[in-house]
Amino acid sequence: MTDYLLLLVSTVLVNNFVLVKFLGLCPFMGVSSRTETAIGMSFATTFVMTIASLLSYLINSYILAPLGLEYLTTMTFILVIAVVVQFTEMVVHKTSANLYRLLGIFLPLITTNCAVLGVALLNIYEQHNFFESIIYGFGAAVGFSLVLIMFSAMREKIVNANIPKPFKGAPIAMITAGLMSLAFMGFTGLVKF
Amino acid sequence: MAGIIDSILFTLIAIGVLGTMSLLFGALLGYASVKFKVKGDPLVEQLDELLPQTQCGQCGYPGCKPYAQAIADGEAINKCAPGGDDTIKKIAALMGVEVQPLDESHASDNTPKVAFIIEEDCIGCTKCIQACPVDAILGAAKQMHTIIIDECTGCDLCVAPCPVDCIEMVPIQQTVQNWQWDLNSIPVVEID
Repeated sequence: MTDYLLLLVSTVLVNNFVLVKFLGLCPFMGVSSRTETAIGMSFATTFVMTIASLLSYLINSYILAPLGLEYLTTMTFILVIAVVVQFTEMVVHKTSANLYRLLGIFLPLITTNCAVLGVALLNIYEQHNFFESIIYGFGAAVGFSLVLIMFSAMREKIVNANIPKPFKGAPIAMITAGLMSLAFMGFTGLVKF
Repeated sequence: MAGIIDSILFTLIAIGVLGTMSLLFGALLGYASVKFKVKGDPLVEQLDELLPQTQCGQCGYPGCKPYAQAIADGEAINKCAPGGDDTIKKIAALMGVEVQPLDESHASDNTPKVAFIIEEDCIGCTKCIQACPVDAILGAAKQMHTIIIDECTGCDLCVAPCPVDCIEMVPIQQTVQNWQWDLNSIPVVEID
């Protein structure tokens, strides 16, 4: 139990996918200009990442590994992720038209979010078992959501701040992201895992 | 020879596995697309709720719902005269586009008005009651009719059916209750 908790904390804070592993930077910069959108994106990504890591573990250990087809992992995982994303898109479209419109192009783009494929592949490389895979996927998604929502809240304030003209817009966002990454390095000593 | 057959078999298994998986996923998505089919465009419903529901047709469409559909398809958002600037702002917020001033051709006379029945001329024919889209006219056959000012949206639809021309549109008196401050019309510019 402690192991799972440690794995969760380690994935959310210490090995944060965005700020430490630098995966999933496209939605991190792209969807973070409004908190409302960022929260929606977080929920969608959390759902996709958790389900994708679960499915990819099952497919890898019960279909690919017994048949000696490990070299197909990347291709298969992309297929799995694409299906989960499409499914999520349909559900979101059905349940919340407003969220669907806000997420716009970024919802299908979760497919190409390298963090999602990263989770699935890292699960294989680090030889996680079934529950560890789910927790790793969920933790990575929670870490992504945490950072994305914090970053969007900051960007909303920065828009109104009086900053020098050359830094306006994307440059100050990049600097903020860098500072956040530095801050997250402080977690490195927290868990030895 | 055996090596070649083995590798062909191996490849066939790989193709078979990936193919079966794709087929299964495709079937799942196909089922989901039927199961989660979106009936109508929810955006149209939301736009329809913002429109004033006078069904007056001043926008050039037969009613509010068709105009909502047209906006969703890319029609200009500034054609609703009864809704005025307030409705345009709300639609602009929903659609994520810039606020536009009310279209000139649809705003020939944009002062808010209500219908008024000249009661001594009214013959009690009930034709205006049938025309009113918001049930703002009170009255019965061969009884004098009158207008509930609070309900009237000023859509003009009751004027034409009246056989004795006893309905006229009168501007709403400006009172402290309905005074519009219109602060947004003061341009605010950011000074660098």
